[in-house]
Amino acid sequence: MSIEVAAPRLDHLDWLESESIAILREVAAECASAALLFSGGKDSVVLLRLAQKAFRPARFPFPLLHIDTGHNFPEVIAFRDARAAELGERLLVRSVEDSIARGSVVLPSPEASRNAAQSVTLLEAIEELGLDACIGGARRDEEKARAKERIFSFRDAFGQWDPKAQRPELWNLYNARVHKGEHVRVFPISNWTELDVWQYIAREGLALPSLYYAHRREVVRRRGLLVPVTPLTPPGAGETAEIRSVRFRTVGDISCTCPVESEAADAEAVIAETLVTDITERGATRMDDQTSEASMERRKREGYF
Amino acid sequence: MNAPLDPGRLEDRGVLRFITAGSVDDGKSTLIGRLLVEAKGVLADQLAAVRRASERRGSGELDLSLLTDGLEAEREQGITIDVAYRYFSSPVRKFIVADAPGHEQYTRNMVTGASTADAAVVLVDATRVGVDGLLPQTRRHSAIAALLGIRHVVVAVNKMDLVGWERAVFERIAGLYDDLAHAVGLKDVRCVPVSALQGDNVTRLGSSSPWYAGPTLLALLEALPADRADAARPLRFPVQLVIRANGAAAEDYRGYAGQLWSGVLRAGQEVRILPSGERARVASIDTLDGALAQAVAGQSVTVRLDRDVDLSRGDWIVDDADEAKLGTALTAELCWLDRSPLDPRRKYLLRQGTRTSLASVLAVEDRLDVSTLSERREAAALNLNDIGRVRIAVQQPVLLDAYARNPATGAFILVDAATNQTAAAGMMRAT
Repeated sequence: MSIEVAAPRLDHLDWLESESIAILREVAAECASAALLFSGGKDSVVLLRLAQKAFRPARFPFPLLHIDTGHNFPEVIAFRDARAAELGERLLVRSVEDSIARGSVVLPSPEASRNAAQSVTLLEAIEELGLDACIGGARRDEEKARAKERIFSFRDAFGQWDPKAQRPELWNLYNARVHKGEHVRVFPISNWTELDVWQYIAREGLALPSLYYAHRREVVRRRGLLVPVTPLTPPGAGETAEIRSVRFRTVGDISCTCPVESEAADAEAVIAETLVTDITERGATRMDDQTSEASMERRKREGYF
Repeated sequence: MNAPLDPGRLEDRGVLRFITAGSVDDGKSTLIGRLLVEAKGVLADQLAAVRRASERRGSGELDLSLLTDGLEAEREQGITIDVAYRYFSSPVRKFIVADAPGHEQYTRNMVTGASTADAAVVLVDATRVGVDGLLPQTRRHSAIAALLGIRHVVVAVNKMDLVGWERAVFERIAGLYDDLAHAVGLKDVRCVPVSALQGDNVTRLGSSSPWYAGPTLLALLEALPADRADAARPLRFPVQLVIRANGAAAEDYRGYAGQLWSGVLRAGQEVRILPSGERARVASIDTLDGALAQAVAGQSVTVRLDRDVDLSRGDWIVDDADEAKLGTALTAELCWLDRSPLDPRRKYLLRQGTRTSLASVLAVEDRLDVSTLSERREAAALNLNDIGRVRIAVQQPVLLDAYARNPATGAFILVDAATNQTAAAGMMRAT
C-alpha cells in the first residue's frame, strides 16, 4: 500500500537534526554512564540544543563535562557556566592544572600549549567518573583523520583509538558495547559541516560567546595566521601588534587558537562569509594542526577528542 | 562553478548519501576530488596541503586521491583502507559521500558504506574494458550494491579522454553494464561519460563530447530520490527510550522517543505495539518546537499514546492494520565482517531496530562465490568478507521484515557476545 505524503520533505538541517537526536538517544539507552563534553564552543552549543530536543521535558540523562586547560578565554568560561545554569543541567569541570599538580601532565615549558595535555586530563576524568561514553562535537569535515572515524568510536582500556581496527558501522545500528575500563566516543554531529552548524545556529537562534562575531582585537601576524595578543601570547621579537576587526571560527586553548579577519556581526553574516571562504576552519585558526600531515591522527590515537 | 547551498532561495532537497565504487586505478579518488573541488567541498588550504604532499611523493601532478586517504597507514602504503566520509553541497542539496576502498580485501568497507547509501556511483575505466567485458571488481561492487538494496546507480565511464571521446566505446560499456545490472538485479541505472582528470561532464558539460547532451554527473545526483528512509513504506517506529518528566510541575509526562524508520505517523492514528500486540491511539507527536500533525520517515519525535500500554525500548509502533509478523527464526543473507570466522557454537547478539537479542546461527546454507557473487556453493562456515545465506534463531521475537521490501527494518547486525566486535551485517529474507 502506498501512502501519499502531503508533508514537506525534510530539508538538510531537519535531516541532520533528526539523525543527531537519534544518536544522542542511543547513548542514553545503551550506555550506563555517559557525559557530554561542553566547552562553550559553537559545536558543543549545538550539541546542547540537540540534547534538549532529544530529552525534554526530562533532564539530560548525563552530566556536562568540560576539560579546562586553564588557558581559555574568560568570556567563554562565563558563557559555559551561564548556559549550564540556564538549562539546569549539571556541569563538571576537570582541569589540566590539576593534572599538572598531580604530575600526570608535564609541559615542556610553562607557557607551552596545553591543547594536547587535555587528552591526559580527559582520560583521567573518564576513569575517575567511570564513564563508558563521552559525547563530543567533532565533525568529519574538520580534518582528514576525523573523516574516517565512526560515529560510535571505540577506545580501549588505555583510552586509545586504533584507526586500523575500527568496528564497521552499518545502517543506523550502532554498537556501543564495551568491556569494563573501555569506552566509546560518540560524535552526534559527525555528518555536519561548518556551514551546517552556522545555518543551524541561525535557524535556532542559539546564543554564542561574543568572540564568534566580529570585534576589534589586538593581533600579530605570524606564519599566515592572526595571533591574538593576550598575557599568554605576547608579541614575539620583531612583531608589531595591530588592531583588526576579527572573529573566531573555533574557540579552544588560547595558545593555539587564532581569529580571522571579519566584519560579520551575526550568524547570517557568518554564513555569508563561510559560503565564500577559501580556507578550512582549522586551517585558518589552529596552530596545532599544522605540525605534520598526521598531527590530528596522532593526537586522536592518544585519547584526544 | 556551482554556487554552494543557499537555503533562502532554492528548494532544499535535503540530503543524498551515495557511495563510490570502482576498481583500483579507475580514478575514483580523482573523481571525488573533482566533485569536491568544483562544489567547494575542498578549500584552498587543503589543496595546498595536497600539492605539498604530491610534491614530496615526487608525483608531478596534483594527486587528488591524497584528499581522501586520511590515515597514516594509507599514505604510507598508497592505498585506501577505510571508508572516508566527504561532504559537499550544491545549490539544492547536501551530499554525503562514502568513499569505499576498491581493494578486494576490504569488501567489508564497501558493505559498510553501501548500508546507508541512497545511490551508488560506479566507476568504469574506459581504457580497461577488454573483449571479456567489465572487470571482476566492477561486477562484485555492483552485486554488493544490489545486495544492500541500493536503488539507484550512476555509472561514470571514466578516462574518456584516453579513448578519444569515442561514442562507440561509451555505448559499448553502457550496454555491458546494462547486462550486468540485469544479472545482479539493479533496476535504475544511468551512464555518464566523464574525464575526472579534466573535469568533463562531472559538474559541467565538456566540449569534448558533443554527442552527449547531459546531464552531468552532479545534475544526476541532484535529481535522484533519497529514499532509504521511505515514507511510502509501512510505518515502522522503533522505540529508543521512554521519556518521563521529572519534578512536580510537569504532570505525568510519558512519551516514547524514537526515529521513524519508514512510513508516516499521524496524530490520532490507531497503532499497534509489537511484540505485545496491544492497541492504542496516538495522542500527540511531540518535539521541542511543538506538536506535529504528522511525522515522516527520518524524523526524530516523541510519541504519546492515549492509554497506558506496556511499551519500552526495543518495541515497535506500527499501524493498527499492519500485518507485520514476529518470529524467533529467520533466514538471512549475512556479510561476515570479523576476523574470527562465524562459529555456530558461539553466542551472538542480534540487533534489529532498537532491540538486542541473543542469537545462534543454526546453519550456513550456502556461500556466494566471491569472484562472481552470482554462484552459490555449499559452505559450512563464513570467513571475513564472505557473503552467505544462514538460518538464525533468536531468543526474543524480531520483526520479520524482508530487507528487499523494507531495508530500514530488514537489516540487522550481529555482535560477538564475547569480544563486542561487530561481526556481521544481516539482511532478512522473506519468510
